[in-house]
Amino acid sequence: MINKIFAWLTDGAHWQGYDGITRRLLEHLAYSVTALVIAAVIAIPLGLYIGHTGRGRFLVVNTVGAARAIPSLGLLFLAFFWLGPRLSGDIAFLAPAGLVLVVLAIPPILSGAYAGVEGVDPEARDAAKGMGMRGPQVLAHVEFPCALPLIMSGIRSGMLQVIATATIAAVLGLGGLGRFLIDGLATQDFPQTASGAILVAVLALVVDLALALVQRSVVSRGLTGRYGTVQTFDAGTGARRTTGGLGEQSGLELVRACPLVTDSTVGPQHAHSPGDGFRPLSFDGPAHVTERHTRSVDRSLCRRSVAPGALGLRPAWQTLLASA
Amino acid sequence: MTWLRDHFGEVLSLTVQHIYLAGLPLILGLLIALPLGWLARRYRGLYPVLIIGTGLLYTIPSLALFIMLPLLLGNGVLNPINVLVAMTIYTVALLVRTVADGLGAVPDAVNQSATAMGYKRGRRFVSVELPLAVPVISAGLRVAAVSNVSIVSVAALIGVQQLGSLFTDGFSRAFVDPILVGVVACVLLALLFDGVILGVTFLATPWLRAGKAPG
Repeated sequence: MINKIFAWLTDGAHWQGYDGITRRLLEHLAYSVTALVIAAVIAIPLGLYIGHTGRGRFLVVNTVGAARAIPSLGLLFLAFFWLGPRLSGDIAFLAPAGLVLVVLAIPPILSGAYAGVEGVDPEARDAAKGMGMRGPQVLAHVEFPCALPLIMSGIRSGMLQVIATATIAAVLGLGGLGRFLIDGLATQDFPQTASGAILVAVLALVVDLALALVQRSVVSRGLTGRYGTVQTFDAGTGARRTTGGLGEQSGLELVRACPLVTDSTVGPQHAHSPGDGFRPLSFDGPAHVTERHTRSVDRSLCRRSVAPGALGLRPAWQTLLASA
Repeated sequence: MTWLRDHFGEVLSLTVQHIYLAGLPLILGLLIALPLGWLARRYRGLYPVLIIGTGLLYTIPSLALFIMLPLLLGNGVLNPINVLVAMTIYTVALLVRTVADGLGAVPDAVNQSATAMGYKRGRRFVSVELPLAVPVISAGLRVAAVSNVSIVSVAALIGVQQLGSLFTDGFSRAFVDPILVGVVACVLLALLFDGVILGVTFLATPWLRAGKAPG
Protein backbone atom coordinates (compact mmCIF):
# COMPACT_ATOMS: atom_id res chain seq x y z
CA MET A 1 0.00 0.00 0.00
CA ILE A 2 2.66 2.47 1.11
CA ASN A 3 4.82 1.37 -1.82
CA LYS A 4 2.02 2.20 -4.23
CA ILE A 5 1.56 5.68 -2.73
CA PHE A 6 5.31 6.23 -2.84
CA ALA A 7 5.41 5.06 -6.44
CA TRP A 8 2.54 7.41 -7.36
CA LEU A 9 4.21 10.38 -5.69
CA THR A 10 7.65 9.73 -7.18
CA ASP A 11 6.41 9.11 -10.71
CA GLY A 12 7.78 12.06 -12.66
CA ALA A 13 4.84 11.98 -15.06
CA HIS A 14 2.45 12.79 -12.21
CA TRP A 15 4.28 16.05 -11.50
CA GLN A 16 4.04 17.57 -14.95
CA GLY A 17 1.43 18.89 -17.28
CA TYR A 18 -2.01 20.43 -16.97
CA ASP A 19 -3.18 18.11 -14.18
CA GLY A 20 0.26 17.50 -12.70
CA ILE A 21 1.11 17.85 -9.03
CA THR A 22 3.18 21.02 -9.51
CA ARG A 23 0.31 22.87 -11.14
CA ARG A 24 -2.25 21.61 -8.58
CA LEU A 25 0.02 22.61 -5.71
CA LEU A 26 0.38 26.13 -7.07
CA GLU A 27 -3.37 26.39 -7.66
CA HIS A 28 -4.06 25.22 -4.13
CA LEU A 29 -1.57 27.70 -2.73
CA ALA A 30 -3.04 30.51 -4.86
CA TYR A 31 -6.62 29.84 -3.68
CA SER A 32 -5.55 29.59 -0.06
CA VAL A 33 -3.29 32.63 0.06
CA THR A 34 -5.79 34.83 -1.83
CA ALA A 35 -8.58 33.86 0.56
CA LEU A 36 -6.37 34.39 3.59
CA VAL A 37 -5.22 37.83 2.44
CA ILE A 38 -8.81 38.94 1.82
CA ALA A 39 -9.86 37.58 5.20
CA ALA A 40 -6.95 39.31 6.92
CA VAL A 41 -7.69 42.65 5.24
CA ILE A 42 -11.23 42.45 6.60
CA ALA A 43 -10.61 40.86 9.98
CA ILE A 44 -7.44 42.52 11.30
CA PRO A 45 -8.60 46.18 11.12
CA LEU A 46 -12.00 45.16 12.48
CA GLY A 47 -10.43 43.19 15.32
CA LEU A 48 -8.02 46.02 16.15
CA TYR A 49 -10.87 48.54 16.16
CA ILE A 50 -13.03 46.41 18.43
CA GLY A 51 -10.18 45.56 20.76
CA HIS A 52 -9.09 49.20 20.94
CA THR A 53 -12.51 50.77 21.45
CA GLY A 54 -14.36 47.89 23.07
CA ARG A 55 -17.28 48.65 20.75
CA GLY A 56 -19.19 45.84 19.10
CA ARG A 57 -17.59 43.17 21.24
CA PHE A 58 -20.81 41.28 21.81
CA LEU A 59 -21.65 41.36 18.12
CA VAL A 60 -18.27 39.98 17.11
CA VAL A 61 -18.14 37.18 19.67
CA ASN A 62 -21.51 35.91 18.48
CA THR A 63 -20.92 36.41 14.76
CA VAL A 64 -17.62 34.57 15.03
CA GLY A 65 -19.32 31.66 16.78
CA ALA A 66 -22.09 31.50 14.20
CA ALA A 67 -19.66 31.75 11.27
CA ARG A 68 -17.73 28.78 12.65
CA ALA A 69 -20.93 26.73 12.67
CA ILE A 70 -21.71 27.26 8.98
CA PRO A 71 -20.88 24.05 7.13
CA SER A 72 -18.38 24.85 4.38
CA LEU A 73 -19.82 22.38 1.90
CA GLY A 74 -23.36 23.77 2.24
CA LEU A 75 -22.12 27.36 1.97
CA LEU A 76 -20.10 26.42 -1.11
CA PHE A 77 -23.19 25.08 -2.91
CA LEU A 78 -25.39 27.98 -1.74
CA ALA A 79 -22.81 30.50 -2.93
CA PHE A 80 -22.49 28.63 -6.20
CA PHE A 81 -26.21 28.84 -6.95
CA TRP A 82 -26.41 32.41 -5.74
CA LEU A 83 -23.25 33.86 -7.35
CA GLY A 84 -22.82 31.45 -10.25
CA PRO A 85 -25.61 32.77 -12.50
CA ARG A 86 -24.53 36.37 -11.82
CA LEU A 87 -20.96 35.80 -12.95
CA SER A 88 -19.38 34.31 -16.01
CA GLY A 89 -16.37 32.22 -16.88
CA ASP A 90 -14.03 30.85 -14.25
CA ILE A 91 -15.09 33.54 -11.78
CA ALA A 92 -18.49 31.85 -11.47
CA PHE A 93 -16.68 28.94 -9.83
CA LEU A 94 -13.80 30.80 -8.18
CA ALA A 95 -15.96 33.36 -6.36
CA PRO A 96 -18.09 30.83 -4.42
CA ALA A 97 -15.04 28.82 -3.40
CA GLY A 98 -13.22 32.00 -2.41
CA LEU A 99 -16.20 33.19 -0.38
CA VAL A 100 -16.30 29.92 1.56
CA LEU A 101 -12.59 30.08 2.36
CA VAL A 102 -12.78 33.76 3.38
CA VAL A 103 -15.73 33.02 5.69
CA LEU A 104 -13.70 30.17 7.14
CA ALA A 105 -10.59 32.27 7.76
CA ILE A 106 -12.24 35.37 9.24
CA PRO A 107 -13.26 33.95 12.66
CA PRO A 108 -9.81 32.86 13.87
CA ILE A 109 -8.09 36.03 12.59
CA LEU A 110 -10.77 38.34 13.95
CA SER A 111 -10.80 36.76 17.39
CA GLY A 112 -6.99 36.72 17.45
CA ALA A 113 -6.77 40.43 16.61
CA TYR A 114 -9.50 41.41 19.02
CA ALA A 115 -8.29 39.22 21.89
CA GLY A 116 -4.71 40.34 21.25
CA VAL A 117 -5.51 44.03 21.61
CA GLU A 118 -7.88 43.48 24.49
CA GLY A 119 -5.27 41.43 26.34
CA VAL A 120 -2.57 44.10 26.21
CA ASP A 121 -1.31 44.89 29.69
CA PRO A 122 -3.29 47.97 30.80
CA GLU A 123 -0.13 49.30 32.40
CA ALA A 124 1.65 49.38 29.06
CA ARG A 125 -1.32 51.20 27.57
CA ASP A 126 -1.39 53.68 30.44
CA ALA A 127 2.33 54.24 30.16
CA ALA A 128 1.96 55.02 26.46
CA LYS A 129 -0.81 57.51 27.19
CA GLY A 130 1.25 58.99 29.97
CA MET A 131 4.02 59.60 27.47
CA GLY A 132 1.63 61.66 25.39
CA MET A 133 0.62 59.15 22.74
CA ARG A 134 -2.82 59.62 21.24
CA GLY A 135 -5.31 56.80 20.67
CA PRO A 136 -4.17 55.86 17.18
CA GLN A 137 -0.53 56.05 18.23
CA VAL A 138 -1.18 53.79 21.21
CA LEU A 139 -2.86 51.36 18.83
CA ALA A 140 -0.08 51.50 16.27
CA HIS A 141 2.95 51.55 18.54
CA VAL A 142 1.86 49.62 21.61
CA GLU A 143 -1.32 47.63 21.17
CA PHE A 144 -0.65 46.33 17.67
CA PRO A 145 2.91 45.11 18.39
CA CYS A 146 1.73 43.58 21.65
CA ALA A 147 -1.17 41.87 19.90
CA LEU A 148 0.99 40.48 17.09
CA PRO A 149 1.59 37.05 18.64
CA LEU A 150 -2.16 36.42 18.89
CA ILE A 151 -2.85 37.97 15.48
CA MET A 152 -0.23 35.68 13.96
CA SER A 153 -1.61 32.62 15.71
CA GLY A 154 -5.06 33.53 14.37
CA ILE A 155 -3.61 33.82 10.87
CA ARG A 156 -1.81 30.51 11.21
CA SER A 157 -4.85 28.63 12.42
CA GLY A 158 -6.96 30.26 9.69
CA MET A 159 -4.39 29.25 7.09
CA LEU A 160 -4.38 25.63 8.25
CA GLN A 161 -8.16 25.43 7.99
CA VAL A 162 -8.20 27.15 4.61
CA ILE A 163 -5.58 24.82 3.13
CA ALA A 164 -7.42 21.75 4.39
CA THR A 165 -10.79 23.02 3.19
CA ALA A 166 -9.63 24.35 -0.19
CA THR A 167 -9.81 20.70 -1.26
CA ILE A 168 -13.59 20.95 -1.58
CA ALA A 169 -13.17 23.56 -4.35
CA ALA A 170 -12.58 20.52 -6.56
CA VAL A 171 -16.22 19.53 -6.04
CA LEU A 172 -17.17 22.52 -8.23
CA GLY A 173 -14.71 21.35 -10.85
CA LEU A 174 -11.97 23.76 -9.81
CA GLY A 175 -8.32 22.77 -9.52
CA GLY A 176 -6.13 22.50 -6.47
CA LEU A 177 -5.00 19.38 -4.65
CA GLY A 178 -8.62 18.43 -4.03
CA ARG A 179 -8.69 17.22 -7.65
CA PHE A 180 -6.57 14.20 -6.65
CA LEU A 181 -9.03 13.38 -3.85
CA ILE A 182 -12.19 13.78 -5.95
CA ASP A 183 -10.78 12.14 -9.07
CA GLY A 184 -9.17 9.37 -7.03
CA LEU A 185 -12.50 8.72 -5.32
CA ALA A 186 -14.35 8.67 -8.64
CA THR A 187 -11.93 6.22 -10.25
CA GLN A 188 -11.27 4.17 -7.08
CA ASP A 189 -7.61 5.10 -7.42
CA PHE A 190 -6.46 4.82 -3.82
CA PRO A 191 -2.79 5.77 -4.29
CA GLN A 192 -3.88 8.99 -6.01
CA THR A 193 -6.28 9.89 -3.17
CA ALA A 194 -3.72 9.11 -0.49
CA SER A 195 -1.05 11.08 -2.32
CA GLY A 196 -3.42 14.04 -2.58
CA ALA A 197 -4.06 13.87 1.17
CA ILE A 198 -0.35 13.67 1.93
CA LEU A 199 0.37 16.62 -0.36
CA VAL A 200 -2.28 18.75 1.37
CA ALA A 201 -0.90 17.90 4.80
CA VAL A 202 2.68 18.63 3.70
CA LEU A 203 1.61 21.92 2.11
CA ALA A 204 -0.19 22.90 5.32
CA LEU A 205 2.89 22.12 7.39
CA VAL A 206 5.30 23.96 5.10
CA VAL A 207 3.09 27.06 4.99
CA ASP A 208 2.66 26.95 8.77
CA LEU A 209 6.42 26.74 9.17
CA ALA A 210 6.85 29.72 6.84
CA LEU A 211 4.30 31.69 8.86
CA ALA A 212 6.08 30.68 12.06
CA LEU A 213 9.24 32.23 10.64
CA VAL A 214 7.31 35.38 9.70
CA GLN A 215 5.94 35.49 13.24
CA ARG A 216 9.44 35.12 14.65
CA SER A 217 10.66 38.05 12.63
CA VAL A 218 7.75 40.43 13.21
CA VAL A 219 6.97 39.82 16.87
CA SER A 220 8.94 42.03 19.20
CA ARG A 221 11.59 40.24 21.19
CA GLY A 222 10.33 42.20 24.16
CA LEU A 223 7.27 39.96 24.07
CA THR A 224 8.88 36.64 23.39
CA GLY A 225 11.79 37.10 25.75
CA ARG A 226 13.98 35.83 22.95
CA TYR A 227 16.97 38.08 22.63
CA GLY A 228 19.31 37.38 19.80
CA THR A 229 20.35 40.97 19.40
CA VAL A 230 18.77 44.03 20.87
CA GLN A 231 18.46 47.42 19.29
CA THR A 232 19.06 50.01 21.92
CA PHE A 233 18.65 53.70 21.78
CA ASP A 234 20.74 55.99 23.86
CA ALA A 235 18.85 59.18 24.52
CA GLY A 236 22.02 60.94 25.59
CA THR A 237 23.91 60.48 22.36
CA GLY A 238 21.01 59.68 20.09
CA ALA A 239 22.88 56.61 18.93
CA ARG A 240 21.28 53.34 18.08
CA ARG A 241 23.23 50.27 18.94
CA THR A 242 22.77 46.61 18.30
CA THR A 243 24.07 44.56 21.15
CA GLY A 244 24.13 40.95 22.19
CA GLY A 245 21.21 39.29 23.92
CA LEU A 246 19.76 40.00 27.29
CA GLY A 247 19.29 37.32 29.89
CA GLU A 248 16.00 35.52 29.97
CA GLN A 249 15.08 36.90 33.34
CA SER A 250 15.09 40.50 32.27
CA GLY A 251 13.41 39.47 29.04
CA LEU A 252 10.43 38.28 31.06
CA GLU A 253 10.37 41.49 33.01
CA LEU A 254 10.51 43.48 29.81
CA VAL A 255 7.39 41.75 28.60
CA ARG A 256 5.59 43.93 31.08
CA ALA A 257 7.06 47.04 29.66
CA CYS A 258 6.38 45.79 26.18
CA PRO A 259 7.76 47.29 22.97
CA LEU A 260 7.72 50.68 24.63
CA VAL A 261 11.12 49.84 25.90
CA THR A 262 12.53 47.39 23.45
CA ASP A 263 10.92 47.89 20.11
CA SER A 264 12.72 50.18 17.75
CA THR A 265 9.40 51.07 16.08
CA VAL A 266 8.84 53.50 18.91
CA GLY A 267 11.02 56.32 17.81
CA PRO A 268 12.58 58.93 20.02
CA GLN A 269 9.85 61.41 19.15
CA HIS A 270 7.32 59.33 21.07
CA ALA A 271 9.06 57.49 23.79
CA HIS A 272 12.24 59.25 24.63
CA SER A 273 12.36 62.93 24.04
CA PRO A 274 15.83 64.18 24.92
CA GLY A 275 16.14 65.40 28.43
CA ASP A 276 13.23 63.49 29.91
CA GLY A 277 15.68 61.33 31.69
CA PHE A 278 14.29 58.12 30.30
CA ARG A 279 17.02 56.03 28.81
CA PRO A 280 15.75 52.60 28.08
CA LEU A 281 18.26 49.84 27.86
CA SER A 282 21.26 52.09 27.79
CA PHE A 283 24.00 49.57 27.80
CA ASP A 284 26.80 50.26 30.21
CA GLY A 285 28.88 47.34 29.18
CA PRO A 286 30.91 47.02 26.03
CA ALA A 287 28.87 46.65 22.88
CA HIS A 288 30.52 43.39 21.95
CA VAL A 289 29.13 41.53 24.96
CA THR A 290 27.63 38.34 23.66
CA GLU A 291 24.70 36.31 24.79
CA ARG A 292 26.99 34.02 26.74
CA HIS A 293 28.02 36.87 29.01
CA THR A 294 24.78 38.66 29.50
CA ARG A 295 23.36 36.80 32.45
CA SER A 296 26.04 38.27 34.64
CA VAL A 297 25.56 41.82 33.38
CA ASP A 298 21.77 41.89 33.35
CA ARG A 299 21.47 44.42 36.07
CA SER A 300 23.87 46.88 34.59
CA LEU A 301 21.32 47.30 31.85
CA CYS A 302 18.88 48.82 34.23
CA ARG A 303 21.21 51.06 36.13
CA ARG A 304 20.54 54.20 34.19
CA SER A 305 16.83 53.76 33.68
CA VAL A 306 14.90 56.32 35.63
CA ALA A 307 11.55 56.53 37.34
CA PRO A 308 10.07 53.09 36.77
CA GLY A 309 6.99 54.11 38.72
CA ALA A 310 6.25 56.87 36.27
CA LEU A 311 6.32 54.28 33.52
CA GLY A 312 3.77 52.20 35.34
CA LEU A 313 6.12 49.26 35.52
CA ARG A 314 5.37 46.21 37.59
CA PRO A 315 6.66 45.95 41.17
CA ALA A 316 8.96 43.09 40.14
CA TRP A 317 10.66 45.40 37.67
CA GLN A 318 10.96 48.12 40.29
CA THR A 319 12.53 45.65 42.71
CA LEU A 320 14.97 44.67 40.05
CA LEU A 321 15.89 48.29 39.50
CA ALA A 322 16.19 49.01 43.19
CA SER A 323 18.52 46.10 43.78
CA ALA A 324 20.70 46.94 40.81
CA MET B 1 -40.53 26.33 2.91
CA THR B 2 -43.03 23.95 1.36
CA TRP B 3 -40.07 21.70 0.65
CA LEU B 4 -39.26 21.51 4.34
CA ARG B 5 -42.91 20.72 5.21
CA ASP B 6 -43.02 17.89 2.69
CA HIS B 7 -39.70 16.41 3.73
CA PHE B 8 -39.78 17.08 7.45
CA GLY B 9 -39.50 13.43 8.43
CA GLU B 10 -36.50 12.93 6.18
CA VAL B 11 -34.74 16.03 7.52
CA LEU B 12 -35.44 14.88 11.06
CA SER B 13 -33.90 11.45 10.54
CA LEU B 14 -30.87 13.02 8.84
CA THR B 15 -30.56 15.36 11.84
CA VAL B 16 -30.61 12.43 14.26
CA GLN B 17 -27.93 10.71 12.18
CA HIS B 18 -25.90 13.96 12.19
CA ILE B 19 -26.16 14.25 15.98
CA TYR B 20 -24.90 10.66 16.30
CA LEU B 21 -22.00 11.15 13.88
CA ALA B 22 -20.87 14.50 15.35
CA GLY B 23 -21.79 13.96 19.02
CA LEU B 24 -20.47 10.48 19.85
CA PRO B 25 -16.92 11.37 18.63
CA LEU B 26 -16.96 14.36 21.02
CA ILE B 27 -17.36 12.00 23.97
CA LEU B 28 -14.92 9.42 22.61
CA GLY B 29 -12.41 12.12 21.71
CA LEU B 30 -12.63 13.66 25.18
CA LEU B 31 -12.07 10.25 26.79
CA ILE B 32 -8.95 9.74 24.66
CA ALA B 33 -7.68 13.31 25.05
CA LEU B 34 -7.88 13.32 28.86
CA PRO B 35 -5.12 10.73 29.47
CA LEU B 36 -3.05 12.14 26.59
CA GLY B 37 -3.33 15.67 27.97
CA TRP B 38 -2.41 14.37 31.41
CA LEU B 39 0.63 12.60 29.98
CA ALA B 40 1.69 15.78 28.16
CA ARG B 41 1.50 17.66 31.45
CA ARG B 42 3.10 14.97 33.60
CA TYR B 43 6.10 14.28 31.38
CA ARG B 44 7.38 17.58 30.02
CA GLY B 45 9.34 15.85 27.27
CA LEU B 46 6.13 14.42 25.85
CA TYR B 47 4.38 17.81 25.65
CA PRO B 48 5.79 19.01 22.31
CA VAL B 49 5.60 15.50 20.85
CA LEU B 50 1.94 15.06 21.76
CA ILE B 51 0.88 18.61 20.92
CA ILE B 52 2.62 18.71 17.54
CA GLY B 53 1.68 15.12 16.76
CA THR B 54 -2.02 15.59 17.42
CA GLY B 55 -1.90 19.02 15.76
CA LEU B 56 -0.63 17.30 12.61
CA LEU B 57 -3.76 15.14 12.53
CA TYR B 58 -5.83 18.29 12.11
CA THR B 59 -4.07 19.19 8.87
CA ILE B 60 -5.40 16.07 7.14
CA PRO B 61 -8.30 17.26 4.97
CA SER B 62 -11.56 15.72 6.14
CA LEU B 63 -12.45 14.57 2.65
CA ALA B 64 -9.16 12.65 2.42
CA LEU B 65 -9.71 11.01 5.80
CA PHE B 66 -13.24 9.97 4.86
CA ILE B 67 -11.95 8.37 1.68
CA MET B 68 -8.89 6.68 3.15
CA LEU B 69 -10.24 5.32 6.45
CA PRO B 70 -12.48 2.70 4.82
CA LEU B 71 -9.42 1.29 3.09
CA LEU B 72 -7.24 1.45 6.20
CA LEU B 73 -9.91 -0.06 8.46
CA GLY B 74 -11.17 -2.52 5.87
CA ASN B 75 -14.76 -1.26 6.13
CA GLY B 76 -17.17 -0.47 3.35
CA VAL B 77 -17.11 3.15 2.19
CA LEU B 78 -20.67 3.70 3.42
CA ASN B 79 -19.99 2.36 6.91
CA PRO B 80 -20.62 5.20 9.42
CA ILE B 81 -17.84 3.78 11.64
CA ASN B 82 -15.35 5.48 9.30
CA VAL B 83 -16.92 8.87 9.93
CA LEU B 84 -17.02 8.23 13.67
CA VAL B 85 -13.31 7.35 13.68
CA ALA B 86 -12.42 10.37 11.54
CA MET B 87 -14.38 12.75 13.76
CA THR B 88 -12.83 11.22 16.89
CA ILE B 89 -9.39 11.87 15.40
CA TYR B 90 -10.26 15.54 14.82
CA THR B 91 -11.72 15.88 18.31
CA VAL B 92 -8.58 14.41 19.88
CA ALA B 93 -6.44 16.70 17.70
CA LEU B 94 -8.24 19.75 19.12
CA LEU B 95 -8.61 18.59 22.71
CA VAL B 96 -5.19 17.24 23.73
CA ARG B 97 -3.73 20.72 23.81
CA THR B 98 -6.76 22.12 25.62
CA VAL B 99 -6.66 19.41 28.28
CA ALA B 100 -2.91 19.87 28.79
CA ASP B 101 -3.28 23.65 29.04
CA GLY B 102 -6.31 23.35 31.30
CA LEU B 103 -4.45 21.07 33.70
CA GLY B 104 -1.45 23.39 33.51
CA ALA B 105 -3.61 26.32 34.57
CA VAL B 106 -4.41 24.72 37.93
CA PRO B 107 -2.48 26.78 40.48
CA ASP B 108 0.51 25.02 42.00
CA ALA B 109 -0.59 26.02 45.48
CA VAL B 110 -3.85 24.12 45.00
CA ASN B 111 -2.02 20.98 43.93
CA GLN B 112 0.37 21.27 46.85
CA SER B 113 -2.51 21.76 49.28
CA ALA B 114 -4.20 18.66 47.91
CA THR B 115 -0.97 16.69 48.28
CA ALA B 116 -0.56 17.98 51.80
CA MET B 117 -4.09 16.82 52.59
CA GLY B 118 -3.06 13.32 51.64
CA TYR B 119 -4.34 13.10 48.07
CA LYS B 120 -2.39 10.58 46.03
CA ARG B 121 -1.65 11.48 42.41
CA GLY B 122 -4.59 9.59 40.90
CA ARG B 123 -7.20 10.90 43.29
CA ARG B 124 -5.77 14.41 43.11
CA PHE B 125 -6.15 14.30 39.34
CA VAL B 126 -9.77 13.15 39.45
CA SER B 127 -11.06 15.25 42.31
CA VAL B 128 -8.88 18.39 42.20
CA GLU B 129 -7.10 19.02 38.90
CA LEU B 130 -9.76 17.79 36.51
CA PRO B 131 -12.67 19.75 38.05
CA LEU B 132 -10.58 22.92 38.10
CA ALA B 133 -9.63 22.41 34.45
CA VAL B 134 -13.27 22.06 33.38
CA PRO B 135 -13.75 25.67 32.16
CA VAL B 136 -10.73 25.46 29.84
CA ILE B 137 -11.59 21.96 28.60
CA SER B 138 -15.17 23.04 28.03
CA ALA B 139 -14.01 25.97 25.88
CA GLY B 140 -12.02 23.54 23.73
CA LEU B 141 -14.94 21.14 23.58
CA ARG B 142 -17.22 23.90 22.29
CA VAL B 143 -14.83 24.63 19.42
CA ALA B 144 -14.57 20.90 18.66
CA ALA B 145 -18.36 20.50 18.76
CA VAL B 146 -19.00 23.33 16.32
CA SER B 147 -16.27 22.19 13.94
CA ASN B 148 -17.46 18.57 14.13
CA VAL B 149 -20.97 19.52 13.09
CA SER B 150 -19.54 21.34 10.08
CA ILE B 151 -16.99 18.68 9.10
CA VAL B 152 -19.42 15.76 9.31
CA SER B 153 -21.42 17.28 6.48
CA VAL B 154 -18.46 16.72 4.12
CA ALA B 155 -19.02 12.96 4.55
CA ALA B 156 -21.99 13.38 2.21
CA LEU B 157 -19.48 13.43 -0.66
CA ILE B 158 -18.68 9.76 0.02
CA GLY B 159 -22.36 8.93 0.50
CA VAL B 160 -22.75 8.65 4.28
CA GLN B 161 -26.24 9.92 5.13
CA GLN B 162 -26.58 12.97 7.39
CA LEU B 163 -27.54 16.63 6.95
CA GLY B 164 -24.74 17.05 4.41
CA SER B 165 -26.69 14.74 2.12
CA LEU B 166 -29.10 17.64 1.65
CA PHE B 167 -26.20 19.66 0.17
CA THR B 168 -25.16 17.05 -2.37
CA ASP B 169 -28.79 16.26 -3.14
CA GLY B 170 -29.61 19.92 -3.77
CA PHE B 171 -26.41 20.44 -5.74
CA SER B 172 -26.99 17.53 -8.09
CA ARG B 173 -30.57 18.68 -8.76
CA ALA B 174 -29.66 22.40 -8.86
CA PHE B 175 -32.28 22.97 -6.17
CA VAL B 176 -31.47 25.49 -3.43
CA ASP B 177 -34.13 24.64 -0.82
CA PRO B 178 -32.57 21.46 0.63
CA ILE B 179 -29.15 23.16 0.78
CA LEU B 180 -30.59 26.11 2.67
CA VAL B 181 -32.48 23.82 5.06
CA GLY B 182 -29.30 21.78 5.59
CA VAL B 183 -27.17 24.84 6.37
CA VAL B 184 -29.74 26.22 8.82
CA ALA B 185 -30.15 22.80 10.46
CA CYS B 186 -26.36 22.50 10.86
CA VAL B 187 -26.09 25.92 12.47
CA LEU B 188 -28.99 25.14 14.82
CA LEU B 189 -27.41 21.81 15.68
CA ALA B 190 -24.10 23.54 16.46
CA LEU B 191 -25.99 25.94 18.74
CA LEU B 192 -27.68 22.98 20.43
CA PHE B 193 -24.34 21.25 21.07
CA ASP B 194 -22.94 24.52 22.35
CA GLY B 195 -25.87 24.92 24.72
CA VAL B 196 -25.56 21.37 26.04
CA ILE B 197 -21.83 21.81 26.71
CA LEU B 198 -22.47 25.16 28.42
CA GLY B 199 -25.17 23.53 30.56
CA VAL B 200 -22.96 20.63 31.61
CA THR B 201 -20.13 23.06 32.38
CA PHE B 202 -22.49 25.16 34.47
CA LEU B 203 -23.48 22.09 36.51
CA ALA B 204 -19.89 20.91 36.82
CA THR B 205 -18.49 24.20 38.11
CA PRO B 206 -20.58 25.23 41.12
CA TRP B 207 -17.47 26.83 42.61
CA LEU B 208 -17.41 29.41 39.82
CA ARG B 209 -20.62 31.02 40.99
CA ALA B 210 -20.17 30.54 44.73
CA GLY B 211 -20.20 34.03 46.13
CA LYS B 212 -18.34 35.09 49.19
CA ALA B 213 -19.62 33.49 52.34
CA PRO B 214 -21.99 35.84 54.20
CA GLY B 215 -20.64 37.61 57.24
